[in-house]
Amino acid sequence: MTSEHSTTADGAPGATISPSAAGGRGSRLGPRPVVVLCLLIAAFSLLPLGFVVVATANAGWDTVVKLVFRPRVGELLFNTLSLVLVTVPLCVVLGIGGAWLVERTRLAGHKAWAVLLAAPLAIPAFVNSYAWVSAIPSLGGIFGGVLISVLSYFPLVYIPVAAVLSRLDPALEQSAASLGLGPWRVFYRVVLPQLRLAAAGGALLVALHLLAEYGAFAMIAFDTFTTAIYDQYRSTFNGAAANMLASVLVLFCLLLLVAESKSRGSARYARVGAGVQSNPTRLALGMWQLPGQLALVALTVLAFGVPLWHVGRWLLAGGSEIWVRDDLLTALLQTLGYGLAGAALTTVLAFPLAYLVVRHPGPFSKVLEAVNYISSSMPGIVVALALVTITVHNVPAIYQTSVVLVAAYALLFMPRALVNLRAGLAQVPRELDEAAQALGKPPLIAFLRVTLRLSAPAAAGGAALVFLGIVNELTATLLLAPNGTRTLATAFWSLSSEIDYMGAAPYALLMIVLSAPMTYLLFVQSKKAAGQ
Amino acid sequence: MFSKLQFSKAALTALAGVSVLALAACSGAAAPAESTSAAGSATDAITVYNAQHESLTQAWVDEFTKETGIKVTVRNGDDLELSNQIIAEGAKSPADVFLTENSPAMTQVENAGLFADISAKVQEQVPAEYRPSTNKWAGIAARSTVFAYDTTKLKADQLPKSLMDLADPAWKGRWAASPSGADFQAIVSAMLELEGEDATLSWLKSMKENFKAYKGNSTAMKAVNAGEVEGAVIYHYYWFGDQNKTGENSKNVAMHYFKNEDPGAFVSISGGGVLASSQHQDNASKFLEYVTGKAGQTILQTGTSFEYPVGSGVAANEKLTPLADLQAPKIDPAKLNSAKVTELMTQAGLL
Repeated sequence: MTSEHSTTADGAPGATISPSAAGGRGSRLGPRPVVVLCLLIAAFSLLPLGFVVVATANAGWDTVVKLVFRPRVGELLFNTLSLVLVTVPLCVVLGIGGAWLVERTRLAGHKAWAVLLAAPLAIPAFVNSYAWVSAIPSLGGIFGGVLISVLSYFPLVYIPVAAVLSRLDPALEQSAASLGLGPWRVFYRVVLPQLRLAAAGGALLVALHLLAEYGAFAMIAFDTFTTAIYDQYRSTFNGAAANMLASVLVLFCLLLLVAESKSRGSARYARVGAGVQSNPTRLALGMWQLPGQLALVALTVLAFGVPLWHVGRWLLAGGSEIWVRDDLLTALLQTLGYGLAGAALTTVLAFPLAYLVVRHPGPFSKVLEAVNYISSSMPGIVVALALVTITVHNVPAIYQTSVVLVAAYALLFMPRALVNLRAGLAQVPRELDEAAQALGKPPLIAFLRVTLRLSAPAAAGGAALVFLGIVNELTATLLLAPNGTRTLATAFWSLSSEIDYMGAAPYALLMIVLSAPMTYLLFVQSKKAAGQ
Repeated sequence: MFSKLQFSKAALTALAGVSVLALAACSGAAAPAESTSAAGSATDAITVYNAQHESLTQAWVDEFTKETGIKVTVRNGDDLELSNQIIAEGAKSPADVFLTENSPAMTQVENAGLFADISAKVQEQVPAEYRPSTNKWAGIAARSTVFAYDTTKLKADQLPKSLMDLADPAWKGRWAASPSGADFQAIVSAMLELEGEDATLSWLKSMKENFKAYKGNSTAMKAVNAGEVEGAVIYHYYWFGDQNKTGENSKNVAMHYFKNEDPGAFVSISGGGVLASSQHQDNASKFLEYVTGKAGQTILQTGTSFEYPVGSGVAANEKLTPLADLQAPKIDPAKLNSAKVTELMTQAGLL
């Protein structure tokens, strides 16, 4: 059995799998060391949330009222809310529409289109913003915010939906058709409901990205909670006003999580019955072939062509002068170093959690999952604000060290590793492990030789996604990096904020080049998990 | 199954390799930080908390290291972000030297008692008007407030006579600024000092109605150039800097100096100081002496920063209007109150 929803693009916190596949006995919590480790990891991942709660409590009611209930917060609320309410539905429509065209119609060149629609994920949102500001200098406001976010984030819906669409059982659609429904009504009444989980998971991811994004919106002067928190940070380091804005933002994230879990509903989507499902049928497009092609060309040009074109334009304008070898090399090496260290640590930390969830399902592992789900929704700026305040006051020994930054990456990107590992572990039959033990291997050795080995590809996939996240991370890196650190993202940011668009171009190019293979891997993986 | 096992083994080896590489990279990244903790020698590395333009400080650092062999690690940030950070770090601050774009952040650190005295050589190099009487820090450069305007939309007689005029409803929707930046906040601190709290708060509230916010002065000037607004309150050197590059973002822009000792004629002093907690006092002082000395100040004259030199008798870049002709208001930098400014701007809904 394949899990229902383990294929979400980006380690969707919304992803759930049915752990019963592993046939666990729920009465025991699991091996003690693993349980202790998991408790420690969970406690660590609750730090940012705890920080916000404590900071709010410490500020006192009067300060909270003064700093939260003011017109500026109202403006930010309006901006952030309208951004989410306009962008998310647009991403869902584009994501489902694109996935349907590519997977279920006789679209010419559908194999190439399937990859091209995922490609915009390789363009970091702030590079997209930089390109669009170069194209339209007056870009800004809610229109600008929505444009950049839709183009950057619609693949987060497209990828999981396409994966589900490609393996839907066509028998249901055939029954509906035989009962007299036309193709459109079949799509609306039979196909669409089955996409609900994937689309809701993708939509949640888009919404969380919108709440956390800083660079893309700062560049077009569109203020959200995250940009306002960063502004306060720039004026006060870690003042009360920044903390209060952070608690409102956190509240926002928690509301989103609740909304998403409500929207999942309780219907069953799994196929029951003997036999193998046939391949989905593809609908002839007929006279719609040309409009379909044109729509996809337009979308790809806007989301992928424009950023590449403008990065290329600035590269040409800058000539050889902008390729300052030492600066670029340092930034590249530091980015690779942090990316690899972060990916390794995150994967290692995700292992015990994934193991408990898969092998010892029960209330305890459910709580662990929920904790991870909540902490993963915290925006980078909140995590960074929490860690910088805690370390400077309470743990000066690790303050401004790479340890804290790598820990922040682990906090931010844990779900990416977790979702992959969970799926990978669930596919390793525990009987193999038991057989090894029966043959005289101690449990730990049996685990290392059998389970760990078999889940390695899944672990590598998750690690790749964490790496991708770290390469493009800006806010936590700006706040937490050790003195003298310069990653591709921070160098790009400092040059482009001084409108040195030519100088920033090589950094943009390197980020895209590093992201491209990861995006392709993600795409291939989603297909594989869907059983293709 | 066999081939799958083989593949997983390869993947596992790869993962292990990756971890080793990553650890190596991390220890490499941490190396410069470690070397700063070693005490003693004359070539000891120093850490500079830098709020000045990255490119300017980098030019200073490169020359300084070439001349003295002393290595410098730079942490970049904004004036008040770094001043508040230094205060939060207290005696344990890794910073040896603090450089800002504006003086309110210097005053804040000075008031927290965290600066050591500047050396006699620095006092000799920087005239008294560009350093506080306490000698806890010194001016390293200066910049003038300007109203950068769109020449296709505004004629000389339509320009505001005073910065205070921009609160007038007639200016609604027509001008821009970067309220989150330290530069603009320094201008407000000058207004606070010259006009008082009530007038400043009411001006800020009108500003909230009238202006358009951008992140960064460059972006605000770019908006003027693109015709989005008619003018922007920024500092002078953004225009010169862009003209020196392609001029693409300032071709429709000219600068209006308010003069007349107006709050809008405020000349802001960028400061440099040595932290009392520094373990490398000598090298830190050497750096400040270099920056305020002939060589450091000449970088301001000949480089691409277009800020005004303030020390060692070095003249400004000849393209700039001389500092003496700007009729700036006389303000004691020690009196600029940054905390009050942030509070008033938060109250006016600008932050």
